[in-house]
Amino acid sequence: MKAIKNSSREALAAYGFLMPNFVGFLIFTSVPVFASLVLSFMEWDLLSPPRWVGIKNFIGLVKDPFFWKYCWNTVYLMLAIPISMAGSLILALILNQKLKGIVFFRTVYFLPTISSGVAIFILWKLIYNPEFGVLNNMIAGFGDLLNLNLKGPYWLQDEVWAKPALIIMSVWQTVGGYNMILYLAALQGVPRDLYDAAEVDGANGWQKFWAVTWPQISPTTFFIAIMSVIGGFQAGFDPAYIMTGGGPNGSTTTIIYYLYNEAFEWGHMGYAAAIAWVLFIIVFSFTLIQWRFFGRTVHYH
Amino acid sequence: MTKYEEMKRMQRVKVTIKKATAYLLMSAGAITMVAPFLWMITTSLKEPGAVFSFQKDWWSEWIPNSFVWQNYIKASQVVPFVRFYLNSIFVTLCVTLGQVVTSACAAYAFARLRFPGRDRVFFAYLATMMVPGAVTMIPVFILLRYLGWIDTYKAMILPGIFTAYGTFMLRQFFLTLPKDLEDAAKIDGCTYLGIFWRIILPLSKPALATLTTFTFMGSWMNFMWPLIVMNTHEKFTLPIGLAYFQSLHGTHWTYLMAGSVMMIFPILVVFVFNQRFFVEGIKLSGIKG
Repeated sequence: MKAIKNSSREALAAYGFLMPNFVGFLIFTSVPVFASLVLSFMEWDLLSPPRWVGIKNFIGLVKDPFFWKYCWNTVYLMLAIPISMAGSLILALILNQKLKGIVFFRTVYFLPTISSGVAIFILWKLIYNPEFGVLNNMIAGFGDLLNLNLKGPYWLQDEVWAKPALIIMSVWQTVGGYNMILYLAALQGVPRDLYDAAEVDGANGWQKFWAVTWPQISPTTFFIAIMSVIGGFQAGFDPAYIMTGGGPNGSTTTIIYYLYNEAFEWGHMGYAAAIAWVLFIIVFSFTLIQWRFFGRTVHYH
Repeated sequence: MTKYEEMKRMQRVKVTIKKATAYLLMSAGAITMVAPFLWMITTSLKEPGAVFSFQKDWWSEWIPNSFVWQNYIKASQVVPFVRFYLNSIFVTLCVTLGQVVTSACAAYAFARLRFPGRDRVFFAYLATMMVPGAVTMIPVFILLRYLGWIDTYKAMILPGIFTAYGTFMLRQFFLTLPKDLEDAAKIDGCTYLGIFWRIILPLSKPALATLTTFTFMGSWMNFMWPLIVMNTHEKFTLPIGLAYFQSLHGTHWTYLMAGSVMMIFPILVVFVFNQRFFVEGIKLSGIKG
């Protein structure tokens, strides 16, 4: 009798603890997920009543050349991921050599990550200015040194150069950030005796890296890669909004930027919801890959 | 000199060369990281016209030849930076406090208490963690609009509080805590609230600190959501405030850079003094993750 009373008291307490979060979770997360699915089968500009249109939005999306272009832009911008990861690994390898001043360097490398996004994007917009920006000024100055007439590209104003410009900035921003610290932690976890064994076998530094370090840290590499790709599909709004407005000629508009425009600039709520669900399916397929390799306990951080 | 000593000396030389190369590379990297910030500061201190001169020497980009502190005063006169700051601090504190408190409570229920439906509810939390924010954005906007909350602080704060991630992360941490303290407390007649407050929370400081840090940073830098739900300039947070400033005064580089410096530096100071803490947090979330 007492046991029953205790367990119902426990349940009552549990509901009390859970309630504030659960109510918010229902209102702002779980119900909206289903609402957006329903919305993706409708046409609604928030002014006239919503209209059920079936799968028209999804068919429209498949036929929408802009959508495919912006998907391509999003994938192109993800070139920053392997470049930045390689850089993070190299930095982590150097930092891992028990040097003095490691805290100082780690702090400096982390500065771009920690600095607030909007200010950084405005800064780089000026850096990339073709006439008065410091980058082209330095390129021209470098040309003068070699007696060459070097002229930098038009960067953000050039359809070809806008994406590389964003990639360069993104690498600068992320190379010394979270990934470097994860790599550093992984490197510190590689057992010392593996290196000793490799040394006994006469391996040089390069061989030790490929035979010991690289396989040992491959779970970290895989984790970072998948997380970055999942994030990459949802990225690109903030820098493009501030630096290029998605241009020139749509060359820096990403999927999420397109969604923002459709929903909040042009009032196509249903179409935007359909974009969101396609994005969800893409991201989910990468989550599945991750589950396969890591088991279900690994999740977003 | 014996052969052994010779070998040892060679070894030492090799190590020294290796270290010197490492320092050289690290310093080159550090300069690359810092250079844009440096340029930001020099630009913010220039005569407004000097930025657009065609006859610029390369060193004048990096070494300020003038210190026009007026730029900072003018930038804050043109745009209510203090107001944006206060708004940002208010919104960020509300989101962070709300997130940590409600997540910790829910995580305690999931990790330590038995109740009917627990596993099913927890599975629902897990399932929504895979859903991109873009999916819920539109319905939440419509809901807020229906409630008449667009352009209010509530619209910025409330949706930011309830994420499944905070609850999940704290639950995973609570599960690792030993149970015997709790059992002892129960025998002494401690209530569930007492156990939560006096045992679970004090033992979970690292996890709580990590969640606090990440929620704080995320909310402080959040750009897209405030941009969507806010219209009145007086209620803008720093990121959308600065973006708005840029859209108005895009050609006033000196003011823009002064504004950016004012936005970045407080955060940098906070970071430099707490950076150990960030690093531990990243390791905690990345490895356990």
